[in-house]
Amino acid sequence: MTTINSSSAAVSCEHLFLNLGGKQLLDDLSLTIHTGQVTTLLGPNGAGKSSLLKILCGETAYDKSPQSSIHYFGTAQREWPKQKLAGYLGVLPQQSTLSFAFTVKEVAALGLLPLGLAPQQAQSVLSEKMDKTGISHLSERLYPSLSGGEKQRVHLARVLTQISQSKQTILMLDEPTSALDLCHQHNTLNIAREMADAGAAVIVVLHDLNLAAQYSDRIIVLNEGKIQADGTPWQALNETMIKAVYGQQTLVSKHPQADYPVVYAA
Amino acid sequence: MLLRRLPLSLLIILGLVILTLTAASSIVIGPMAISMRDSFTGLSPWASDLPEHIQMVIHQIRLPRTLLCMIVGAILALSGAVMQGLFRNPLAEPGIIGVSAGAALGASLAIVAFAGIGASYPLLMNIAAVPFFAFLGGALTTILVYSLGTSKFGTSVSVMLLAGVAVSALSGAAIGYLSFIADDQMLRDLSLWSMGSLAGATWPSILLAAVTLLLLFIIFMYHAKGLNALLLGEAEAGHLGIDTQKLKRTMIILAAAGVGITVSISGVIGFIGLIIPHLGRMLCGPDHRRLLPLAALLGALLLTAADMVARVVVTPAELPVGIVTAMIGAPFFIYLLFTQRGRM
Repeated sequence: MTTINSSSAAVSCEHLFLNLGGKQLLDDLSLTIHTGQVTTLLGPNGAGKSSLLKILCGETAYDKSPQSSIHYFGTAQREWPKQKLAGYLGVLPQQSTLSFAFTVKEVAALGLLPLGLAPQQAQSVLSEKMDKTGISHLSERLYPSLSGGEKQRVHLARVLTQISQSKQTILMLDEPTSALDLCHQHNTLNIAREMADAGAAVIVVLHDLNLAAQYSDRIIVLNEGKIQADGTPWQALNETMIKAVYGQQTLVSKHPQADYPVVYAA
Repeated sequence: MLLRRLPLSLLIILGLVILTLTAASSIVIGPMAISMRDSFTGLSPWASDLPEHIQMVIHQIRLPRTLLCMIVGAILALSGAVMQGLFRNPLAEPGIIGVSAGAALGASLAIVAFAGIGASYPLLMNIAAVPFFAFLGGALTTILVYSLGTSKFGTSVSVMLLAGVAVSALSGAAIGYLSFIADDQMLRDLSLWSMGSLAGATWPSILLAAVTLLLLFIIFMYHAKGLNALLLGEAEAGHLGIDTQKLKRTMIILAAAGVGITVSISGVIGFIGLIIPHLGRMLCGPDHRRLLPLAALLGALLLTAADMVARVVVTPAELPVGIVTAMIGAPFFIYLLFTQRGRM
């Protein structure tokens, strides 16, 4: 039932609707997210980006409608056994309240839960991911004593561990950079980039247009429950679109040293 | 207030040694002076040269009571630990959030409603009807508090405590009313619920408690990893492949069963489910695979010691053990409230 299609469609959704308290957060939204790409969801506050991400990862339900559907690798969301899906789909939460005094290593090790690895292999996967996210030196520290950014990286290590055993994976990051300083923002998005280059389908919700421009293969701009722009950073980020969606006059130019757009407030 | 973590095996061995010593003292100590030598020879089945009244005190009173203390203490600590995991809050103790009160209410309703049956079939009453209704009362309260106080950011301490106040008040009023209309025998049974006592230890109640403890321990340990994941949050646990709805249901029912059955046997004994899991986390960390065995052991230890204190401080009379645990637990609770103040 859950055989994986060789096609590059990792997540596809069709005709999604979501109405919360009279506000149409998603209005007949369909899209397909591909493997090997960083796809970024942009949009003003309340545009439905986080709602869409939560629906795509199965955390919240969409409004019932006969033509609505979500598929992972060609298999309907509901047909995936929970534990199996956990090995393919990793979700980094926006914020996580954990008030119990686990050590950093113990929190990251929770990512091993769905995998059933032999202890030795588990250890090596875990330390690899902790190195990658730069938290190895915090290993024995207690989680509640960490800064917001450090906590975020611990969860990233946990999620990377969780999907480490599958070839084709989906990684969803909900505003992963909001609590991070400049260096760690780029560090986190570099990891997202690497994951995509290694074949994962990466979906990121971001606020910062320039971070999106720098790291995305594809940008989807949402507003009022609909897709307003969808394409490469150069296609999606233009002054007219930004004015229409954000109501802000901007100047879009080329990065002096690389081929992606930079957005300045005008 | 975080100690350096100690290896679980060391903690368990140390705990077992102290528990054995405590249990032994609990058998030796009591209003009637029995020498240490007589107490231990009295425990072995071939010690027939002891006077019969000494044999009786040991076999009918002190041994069952000590066993019951250990088992009830372990169940209370386990239920407390699991409930705190479920509510993702270290203050969620069955007594504080009203689950014990709900169980006591269920138990007292059963006593009054089935007074007729209870008179003719006391055993059926004491190990089936009362525990079952206590369980129902506890489970309904847990569900109520959970649905009132829990959001995706954990459980609101204020809502949880207020719900506890409300259920305790309701239960207090109902038990008050029931004791107003109750006859003498019922009254004696009812007064047990509010104070807590292990004096009524009988072999059937020990058997009931032992089976409960064994089942709870096995099932809780089986779900220990899931409980760990649940501490991250419901959504996060779901993404880790845990069937959170099912896990929550199972844990609510089992923790309520633990509380309900102990309440029906020994009344409301507060704060063990608060102090012990907290102490356990300080010693070995919050991982349920280590915490649960240690909590069971420490809970057994604390209740046995508390009961011993309750028996000797005002000899020849006896304090309800709930008073002793409250004297240790209430200040501890206030301390925890201080540390949590920022998150109310």
